[in-house]
Amino acid sequence: MPDTPLTGTSLPLQDRSPSQPVRFRGGGFTVKGHRWAALLAFVVLIAVWESTNRFGLVSELFLPPPSAVASALAAMAQDGSLWQHLKASLMRIGVGWVMGTVAGMAVGFAMGIGSVARAVGVPLVSAFFPIPKIALLPLFILWFGIGEPSKFATIGFGVFFPTVIATYSAIDSVPRNLIRMAQSFGLPWASILRKIVLPGALPGILAGFRITASIALILVVAAEMIGAEYGIGAFVLTAGNLMLTDQLLAGVLVLSLLGLTIGTVLSILERRLLKWR
Amino acid sequence: MRLIIKDLCHRYDDLVVLDGIDLTVQEGEVLAVIGPSGCGKSTLLGIAGGIVAPTSGSIAVAGAVPDGCLNPITFIFQDFALLPWRSVEDNLSLVLEHHPLSAAERRERIESGLRRMGLWDFRKALPKQLSGGMRQRVGIARALAVRPAMLLLDEPLSALDAQTRELLMEDFLSLWQRERTTALYVTHNLDEALRLADRVVVLSRRPGRLREIVTIEEPRDQRLEPSAQAHLAEVRDRLWHLIRAEAQLADREIADA
Repeated sequence: MPDTPLTGTSLPLQDRSPSQPVRFRGGGFTVKGHRWAALLAFVVLIAVWESTNRFGLVSELFLPPPSAVASALAAMAQDGSLWQHLKASLMRIGVGWVMGTVAGMAVGFAMGIGSVARAVGVPLVSAFFPIPKIALLPLFILWFGIGEPSKFATIGFGVFFPTVIATYSAIDSVPRNLIRMAQSFGLPWASILRKIVLPGALPGILAGFRITASIALILVVAAEMIGAEYGIGAFVLTAGNLMLTDQLLAGVLVLSLLGLTIGTVLSILERRLLKWR
Repeated sequence: MRLIIKDLCHRYDDLVVLDGIDLTVQEGEVLAVIGPSGCGKSTLLGIAGGIVAPTSGSIAVAGAVPDGCLNPITFIFQDFALLPWRSVEDNLSLVLEHHPLSAAERRERIESGLRRMGLWDFRKALPKQLSGGMRQRVGIARALAVRPAMLLLDEPLSALDAQTRELLMEDFLSLWQRERTTALYVTHNLDEALRLADRVVVLSRRPGRLREIVTIEEPRDQRLEPSAQAHLAEVRDRLWHLIRAEAQLADREIADA
């Protein structure tokens, strides 16, 4: 077939002006992964911190170098005191968090699915949630004594309200069309709750766990600083009183690692349970 | 199975959405409902399916249900309503789990539904791994798994692209050819109604009142034939004439609101 030029009157005449490449304007505003940047930042920070001490810019008493903190931590691990303190803190966090979470989820579920429970619960939660929970520790000591129950209660109380809010908000965010679908197929109420509401609310509930785990960590330190012989909080306070700043920072490092570990465990849990997202 | 709607009215607080609807969907019939946005089409379907309680009026069913029917009135949803955390086969299993079926029968129903929709190879996939058309096929397979006597379809093709819509319309046609399942089909799309329905109910703008019922004489399997086109075009013009002014007024009302 011969290659005939198009000559329709509706088509523009051939333009012979010089062509210009179209400039790319679509870059930026996207987050790229830089795997080594975080590690490098840590290395630089530690190097700068260490050198400030080595060059005598900062007194070791006020800010001991990372090497001294590491030595103090190694010594604590060797003499067993680290494990003793860690065990006490973990036990308090574990018991307090589980108590607060179980109660919070139960109340959150009731408020999520029951209008009367919500009408009663929302004002109460709004009133109690803003109270700094550590302010209630003296009252809990009065009620439960200076031992473990008052610390469990402080942590549990601190965890309870955010769990309630996270749970009923998560239930609110379950798409109503899924519930209507289940109803239209005649699923019983308990099945709808178990097979639709609970899995649908899980992302929000797990996000709440992340917040309440941090709250539990903050409260355990505060509670241990007020009245405990063992525990990372008690250890940090004692080290501070004795001006053993290398041990103090070793305790802070343990807390940081504890927070990081809890966060990692929750991330693994989210990846396993929410792989459908 | 027949569906009989008598003097149905529905209001949300002060807003009257349906008023005085009298309608019977005959056994084996596909009845399409069209009308402007907000005229109460989906509410009508919800009431027919028992998931919206009417303000007044009555809804009744009559006639036999097929053997093995577990859910006589079954919905197919516009947004598919699949559980994103369940695989395709588990989404079908969901609607069977509360029935006293043997494991073998449950498996058979799931397999038969998925094979009929061409989804057997995707039974382990999660909904997010499927295209829109495949997700709606899962929705249809789920409906078929309970062997319904009546299907309530709420704009089942409106979230899909034009090609997928065509393919799914063919699926519906072959389904109705085989099963003769009664269906109430809500749609915005006149062409879907003309292709699939035996009769088309036109609702007025809100409050939705029954304006007219148009019967399409051509058999469903002959509606793509050239000989049917002139009559279908006439019916289409008539339907469009009936809803055009209503749709314009409804659009203005929505803009004003």
